[in-house]
Formats: sequence, C-alpha cells, structure tokens
Amino acid sequence: MTTTVGRGTPLLTADDVHLSFGETTALRGASLHVYAGEVLALMGPSGSGKSTLLHCLAGILTPGSGSIRYGDRDLARMSDTERSTLRRGAFGFVFQFGQLVPELTCLENVALPLRLAGAGRREAQRRAATWLDRLEVADLAGKRPGQVSGGQGQRVAVARALVTEPAVIFADEPTGALDSLNGELVMKLFIAAARDTGAAVVLVTHEPRVAAYSDREAVVRDGRVREQEPAR
Amino acid sequence: MSVGFALLGLLENGPRHGYDLKRSYDEAFGRDRALHYGQVYSTMARLLKNGLVEVESEPGDGPERKKYAITHAGMTDVAEWISRPEKPEPYLQSTLYTKVVLALMTGRDATEVLDAQRAEHLRLMRVLTRRKTDGDLADELICDHALFHLEADLRWLELTAARLDRLAARVRP
Amino acid sequence: MRARNWLFELALGARMSVAGGRAGWFRLGLIAVGVGLGVAVLLGAATVPAAMAASNARTDARAIDGYQDLPRADDTMLTSHFTTRFEGWSISGELLQPEGSHPPVPPGVSSIPGPGRMVVSPALARLLDDPANGLLRDRWDAEVAGVIGAEGLSGPAELFFYLGTDTLSTEHDGRIREFGTPGAIVRDPVPMFVLLTLVGMVVLLIPVMVFMAAAVRFGDEARDRRLAAVRLVGADAATTRRIAAGETLAGAVLGLLIGAGLWVGEILLAHRWGTGALSFYLADLRPVPSLVVLIVIAVPVVAVAVTLSAMRRVVVEPLGVTRMSTPVRRRLWWRLLLPTAGVVLLWPLYRGIDEHSAGYEIQVVAGMAALLTGIALLLPWQVEAVVGRLGAGGSPAWQLAVRRLQFDSGTAIRAVSGIAVSVAGVIAMQGIVTGIESLYTRSSASAPVRYGVAVLPGSSLPDRSWTAALDATPGVHDYRPLRIVRLDGATLRIGDCALLSQLAEVGECRDGDVFGLDGAVAGTTYRLGDTSWTSPATTRAVSRAEAEPTSGETLLITPGAMAGVAVQPDDTNFYVALDPGVPHAMEHLRNSVARLDLQAYLYSYGNDTVRAALAGMRDALLAGAIVLLVLIGASMVVNVVEQLRERRRVLAVLVAFGTRRRTLGGSVLYQVAVPVVLGMVLAVAVGSVLAGVLMTAVGAPLTVDWFGIGATSGIAAVVVLGTTAAGLPILWRLTRPGNLRSE
Repeated sequence: MTTTVGRGTPLLTADDVHLSFGETTALRGASLHVYAGEVLALMGPSGSGKSTLLHCLAGILTPGSGSIRYGDRDLARMSDTERSTLRRGAFGFVFQFGQLVPELTCLENVALPLRLAGAGRREAQRRAATWLDRLEVADLAGKRPGQVSGGQGQRVAVARALVTEPAVIFADEPTGALDSLNGELVMKLFIAAARDTGAAVVLVTHEPRVAAYSDREAVVRDGRVREQEPAR
Repeated sequence: MSVGFALLGLLENGPRHGYDLKRSYDEAFGRDRALHYGQVYSTMARLLKNGLVEVESEPGDGPERKKYAITHAGMTDVAEWISRPEKPEPYLQSTLYTKVVLALMTGRDATEVLDAQRAEHLRLMRVLTRRKTDGDLADELICDHALFHLEADLRWLELTAARLDRLAARVRP
Repeated sequence: MRARNWLFELALGARMSVAGGRAGWFRLGLIAVGVGLGVAVLLGAATVPAAMAASNARTDARAIDGYQDLPRADDTMLTSHFTTRFEGWSISGELLQPEGSHPPVPPGVSSIPGPGRMVVSPALARLLDDPANGLLRDRWDAEVAGVIGAEGLSGPAELFFYLGTDTLSTEHDGRIREFGTPGAIVRDPVPMFVLLTLVGMVVLLIPVMVFMAAAVRFGDEARDRRLAAVRLVGADAATTRRIAAGETLAGAVLGLLIGAGLWVGEILLAHRWGTGALSFYLADLRPVPSLVVLIVIAVPVVAVAVTLSAMRRVVVEPLGVTRMSTPVRRRLWWRLLLPTAGVVLLWPLYRGIDEHSAGYEIQVVAGMAALLTGIALLLPWQVEAVVGRLGAGGSPAWQLAVRRLQFDSGTAIRAVSGIAVSVAGVIAMQGIVTGIESLYTRSSASAPVRYGVAVLPGSSLPDRSWTAALDATPGVHDYRPLRIVRLDGATLRIGDCALLSQLAEVGECRDGDVFGLDGAVAGTTYRLGDTSWTSPATTRAVSRAEAEPTSGETLLITPGAMAGVAVQPDDTNFYVALDPGVPHAMEHLRNSVARLDLQAYLYSYGNDTVRAALAGMRDALLAGAIVLLVLIGASMVVNVVEQLRERRRVLAVLVAFGTRRRTLGGSVLYQVAVPVVLGMVLAVAVGSVLAGVLMTAVGAPLTVDWFGIGATSGIAAVVVLGTTAAGLPILWRLTRPGNLRSE
C-alpha cells in the first residue's frame, strides 16, 4: 500500500511558535505542517521540545507567541472550552502509559470519548466494541486496565483514540513502555487503522523503527523544527 | 575512499606537510588503524592529479618538506561529500564518524550531516517496514534484521549528535 | 538492643510524618486535631461525673427535710421553699424563720438573716445590683445583708437566696433542726433532663470516636508510598509497620496535647458560661483520675491498632504499594450484631421508661451507643451493596464516579460514617427534644389564651386582698377568679364563660350552663358540706382545651348554675390577662403576688422554661453536629485531594482528549455525594426509629422531626458542596495542560 500525501493546504500548521515554562524555553520559533491523512514522525533528542510541540499542536498547551492553525482557525486564539470541544471531536490521543481510567472497563474506556461528545451509552459501547475488535482486543471488553498487559492496554488506548474517527491522532511515544514485539504489533494495528480512517497521525518517538511507520519525519532540536518536505 | 576526503578536509584549515596530515588524521580518525606514511603520499598524489590539492614547496626541499594546500575544487568536493548522506548499509560508522568529525573541524553544521543521514536511513526503513507489513513471516524476519541494524546506526548517530559539543571541543584545533 | 531498634523505628516514623513537607505537616495536623477533638470530648465526659458529684455534695449539705416530726425547740426553724422567675432567670431560695435562739445555719452563711433581710448568692447579688432590675429588688422588699459562700451553692452561677421572715406557720411549712439531713437527700430517679444530657453526650461522643478512627488514617496512601521507599533501602515488612505506627503515634500524642488544651478551654467556658444546674466552680472541674489515665493510654493504643489493622490489607513492597486486589466481600451478619443489640436494649423502653428501675439510664445509653456504632459498621456494607447495583448509565461524570466507588469505596465510607453516626444521633435527639417540647407547647397550636397567667395562692387570704392587689398591679388588664371545690372523685370548677372557654371546648356558653369533662355527666348529685348540688340535665360533655392538664372527672360550672348554693371553695385561683402593651407586666404581677403571698405559684401558659431549656439543648447539639460535620468535611477534602493527586496522570489524559472540566468536577461531586446521601438515608432511618423509641419512652407523642432531618441534610449537602468546591482548585491545577509533561 503506497500512500501519496497531497501537498495542498496543510490540515494543521504551527507557525513560529515560542513557548517557555518559567525559566526554561521549550520552543523557540517552531514551525510545522501536518497534511491530511499523513503519518508524521516527530523525532529529536529528549528535552528537545517534541512533546511540547505535540501538546501545542493538539491545543493542550497555548503557545506564548506564534500561531497554531487548524483549517482556518487559530488554536491560540480559541477559548479553553472551544479547544476542548475541538479535541473531543477532531483529535484523538495515545500516550505512553497510564492513560486508561483504572475504574472503567476497557469497553467503557473506549466508549468514553463518544460519551463525552454526547453519544448515548448503548450506541457508544456498540461502536467501542467494533474498535476493540479491529485492534484484536475484543475479549478484553469487560476487563479493567489493571487486569490487562501493557501491550493490550495500548491497543485499547489506540481504539479509544480512533473511536471518534478524528482528523488527527496525536501519539506521544505510544510504544515507549513496550517491548519490541508488542511495540511492533501496536504500531502495525495503529497505523493500519489510522490509514483506513484517513486520520493524520502525529507520532512523537525516539525509536527509528517506530518512526519508520511514518510517511515523513520532522526533527525537533533546541525548540526548532527541521521539517522534511512532503513527498511529491 | 573516505581517507581522501578526510585528508582533504584536514587541509581546509590551512596547508600542511604530509607528516602533519598523518598525525592529524591519526589523532582524529585513526584510533584503531593509523595511516601508513606511504598511504598519505599515494592519496595526495591522486588528489594532486585530480587537481584537488596543490603543492607548495618550501626552501630546504626534500620529500618530507612538501606542503599541501587544498584547491577550490577540493573544497567543493569535500563540502559535497560531507553533506551527501551515505547509502544506508550496516557498518558504515567509520565513514559517518569521519564526516561528522570533519564537519566539526571545518566549522560546518554537523547536525545537518546527522539529519541528512537520518532522513536517508528512514527512507530505507520505511521501505523495509512497508515490505514487512505487506509480506509474510519470512519477509518480516528478514526486514526486521535489517531494520534493527539500521536503527542501531541511527541511534549511534543520535548519540553522536548529543555529544557533538564534547567532540567539537576535542577535535577543533 | 531490640528495644532500641524499635524505638529508633518509631522515632523514624514520627520524623517521617513531618518530613513530607507541607503535605506531611497538614496530615499530621489533621490527625492531631481529629484525635485532639476526641480527647477533648473524652476528657469532658470524664470531668462531668466529678463536677456533678462536687456540686451535688454542696447541695446535699444544704438539703432541707421539711417532713420531719419535730417539736418546737430553741434550735428549730420553719422553712419554705420559694421559686420565681425574673425575665429569663430562674431564682430559688428558702424562707427561714427561726423558732429559737440557736437555729441551724446553712452552709456558706454566717447567721440567719432576720425578717426582711436576705443573704444571696453572688450571681443573684449581681442581678440585684443591676440598675435595670429594679423590679426584681421590689419583689421581696428585703434588704440584702450578705452573700452566700461557695460552699453553700451548687455553682457560681446559681441564683439562690435565704430570706428571713416571720410569716411562716407550722400549718403549711416544714420544721427543721439542721441542714443536710441525710433523709432529705433522696437521689431522684434519673430525671429526663439528665437522661437527655447523657444521651446527648453519647450522640456526640460516638461520631467523635468514629472520626478519630478515620483521622488516624488520613493520608495513609501517601504514607504507604513513603514506606515503599523505606523498604527499597532494606526495611522489612514488620519495620514498615512499626514506622507507620510511629507516625500515627506522633499524631496521637500531639492529639492528646491538643485535646488537653481544648479541654482547658472547655472548662473555662463551662466555668464562665455555665448556668443553672450546669454551673461549676473551677475546683469542681477535675476529671476522674482513673479515666484520665485510661484516656492517655487508650487513645494512642487504639490509634496504633487502627493503623496496623488498616495496613493488613496493604502490601508495601520496595517498588510500590499493592492494595489487596480482590477485597473481601463485606459480610452483613456480624455487622448486624451491634445494631441488634442496641435495639434489644432499647426495646423495653417502647412501653415507657420505668424511672425507678435501677440502671435504666445505663441501658438507654448503652443501647444508643450500640445502635449508633452499628451504623458505622452497617454503612460500608450498605454502600457496597447499593453502589454495586448502581448502573453506570447516565452522564460520563456519573459513570466515572460510580465506577470509582465500585472500585474502592473504603476511603469515602470512612469519612462518611462519622457524618452518618452524628446525623443519626442528632435526629434521634432532635426527635425526642421536639417530642417533649410538643408536650409543653400544645397550646401554641391553638389561639393564644386570653388569660395567660394563673395565680395559685399558697395561703388562705381573703379574695378581697387578691382582687385589691391585682387591681393595683400595672399591666393587669383583666382577671377572673376560678373557684375550685375538690370532692371525692370529682372536681367542681366555677368560673364565668370567658374563663371556662379557655379551659375546655365549651362552644356556646351562657351563664347558667354546666359542662362535663372526663366522664362527668348530667344528673349526678354532689355533696357540698351541708348542702348538695345536682348537675342539671343540660350538662354537656365537652373535651379539655389542648393546653389544660387532665384532672379527672371535672364539672365546669358557670356561677349562674350554682346561684343560691352556698359554696365554700377549697381554692380560688385567679386567671390574669396581662396587657401586652405594658412593659414588664409579668414582673409587676410576680412582684404583687410575691409581696402578698410568698408561697403563691404562678402558672404561665405557654411555659417557656422547658422550651428554653430544650431549645438550648438542641442548639448545643446542633452546634456540636455542625462542628463535627465541618471537621468531617475537612477530612473528606483531604481524601479527595489525595485521590486526585494519585490520579493526576489519568486526569491530564482525560483533559487532553477534550473532557470538560465540568464533567470532571461533576464526577468529584457525585463521588462525594453518593456515599453521603447513602449515609444520610441510613442515618435518617435509624435516627427516626431511635427518636420514635425515645419519644415513646418519655411518653411524648410520635412526631417526625422534619426540622432536624432538614437541618442535618442541609448541613450534609453543604459539606458535600464545600468538599467538592475545595477539591476543585486542586482538580484545576492537576488538569492544567502542563501536567502531561511531568511524568
């Protein structure tokens, strides 16, 4: 399967983003484009600001200056409520660990974003079940996160990120806590499912083997981005 | 192959005698394998033939009193070589290392060397990953073998990049 | 050697409890305050018996036995007890009339005051000296000749006096030869108020105990994490338990000190503000030593025991803390033992209290204690049973909260059980107080009576004297005489229609009418001395007015119906209507009556004495409950904060994928509210049943105490909202975007 990524208009654009946490400057003029349907690997050494950039792109953090545009809207100018709504509807998230609500069953965890977006319980759980099935963890539906392995938990988390069929999925070291075998499995299922739904993926990783699942990479170093041109 | 570029690069900071060149090379790159004196001369001869270096003679003559200087063409060649990513293949550390160190010694941006190499590696890794995803178990095992080696290269590159400052302090004259 | 290691470990625990920075100090502070409150209440409880004994010893020493058969002698004296009220104060005293030159002298008094002279307690002296109380000075028309010493008073606030007089007679009044006659000291069967006080103490004590048990576990999750670090450097499981014990011990010891401090405050307050029977000299307020020793030893021991028993279910490993993943299902049967025992103890009261059976108050208090403690035991089972059945439908906030509670309800329950127990106790108390109150205020339901005060003369003065005095009293608007003839098996009450309509539901009334009460019927002939009188055929059976006490077979007769019959009344009461526009009309009337007849009794409709006492008791209870609920609220805040901290990662992730803060706030609210509501339901149910039993016991009508239920529910709601509100800033801080990074 070959993926051609149209250059066209970017789906998500960071333009000259600066951000400091107190004394430490995390981003100093980072710019990045994310195109619809592409898998973009964000690489770079620890502390380079790649996770911070991801959080800015996702509207979790607000840049100190510069803009983050999603379509024709600037995330930096939106209210917290508006950004939350955007994250609920258009974005999905996979983190490294500890992201599943420990009290909810796996099925309920996957159904949660739909419920937050206002779907009824039955409908949400029905759709959640099909996603658990796609990630080959349907048998975990009734289990709690504490009762499943790390790899299984990440697949549940991927199902949760995909269940709302978002336009962009942000994945921050999704295999960081897994061994190679489980990491490969999670990535394979994750990227295949993302390509099926046409979601763009912004993948923060320091593992080249994981980055190899991407279409192109961008390197973050000292708060700036060196972005590879998209393939023509 | 890379010895020629390495010696060329060493000349960028100014003309040197052959003996100087050998010592500089051994210090920077020849940890395991020192350059034979004859190797310097044969390489220099080839470079001289290709017009990449020229010879300045000094009074007092004698073969060991020849001073080599880099030509404009030589500089262009070195720049081109350093910035051109190597074709990813296992065990090319020595070449990559030479490039990084030379870049530092000649005041170039070494991270660009790393980034270009990473992009090249990833390009191949993507192909392998795709083949593995679409193929059978045998493909998967073969591709994974290559992928792990390429990854090791890249990791080493990342590590080198992270240590550039220390490296620079050591190799800069 | 071993002992020194143990000591080191205990001390290490104590040091670690404060080494956790501000959070550590906060936790230690909460434990200390929690334990301190418990200790203060316990010390208070240990003080009351000693104080009561000291006070009783003094009142025993001045007790008067007026029923002795004594001949008049040089050392005898006639006495008569006197009580009056002034504004809100109850004042009592003895009228003294020596019959010879060597009369007995009561304790605290140097000599018997002569006629028209009185010795008063310091509190009464102050009252009399107040320029605003001129009406009180006029009451006795006596000169204050001295002050009664402390040894002759129940407490510093007692309003008491001895008044010298020459108007007593052997016909009505008792003769004594000494004060403190042993025969006069009859320990009354425990009166209702004392019972109520005891029950009130139990009601406050048990939730404090429950709170104390919860307090020593404040923040124990953070502590367990610290202990894991200690295990990593080589401590074994037993050592970690001893370190934990050391931490708790530090809190408990600090709590003892705080408790002692609070107790000093308590007795100073009691000394300063105590009134009536509950006023004590500082010297009286010495706790029973054996109880103090018991408290000082038992409190730390129990605190450590609670800590160790809580740690049974936690495995502190070097790399972290594991809670038993499959918690034992809570069993019901043993949790029912204590409440059942409580019901069994209280059940006999259902048929009414036999005040004379020995130890009934112990039975009541033990029953209450068992039932209330039972609530604390039943609650975990109930919460687990109910929460387990709750669907996780509804909003995401609800789902998150319910699943959280199903996951682990222990922490929430520990906090809530204190609320449940105190609310059940307060409702039970409120219920009984309301019930008793309604006994005294039945008239308040109907229209206010016209003749609000009844004057019951204590000596046989001619009516003329009374009418003259009443006519001359400012503020007396109107009065009616009621002549009472007591016969065997019946009473005749003769008064005009205006008065009779106040005593019974007579309906239409004209002079000449006769009404029968409680079985008095027409055509009955009564012998009145030489003559006789037959109730006419027109006699109508009526029912008593609500405010009137039962008095057996009674005929209410208008004067016209007895015209021509010579009646010699046994008593003549005067029913007085006061002019509400005249200030101090009541005090003027009391003065007039006292000057005419010191032994006359004034009965005031709408008796506010009892009501005021009960209201005071209820206020005190409610105040206690509020303080307790606020404390429990504070402890719940700690729980919520700790739990949020533990879940900061999940919270940040939830916020990342767009969870509204409202949803997270809502889940915190539900998480606090659900156990509180369940606790309240259990508390109201048990409290109301308890109130019902107690009301039956004291013979009060069964009423549901909507005020108490409403007030405590309201406070509980405030606690829930307050706890949630206090948790929100931490929630906001933890869900600030930056927090995804911190891991």
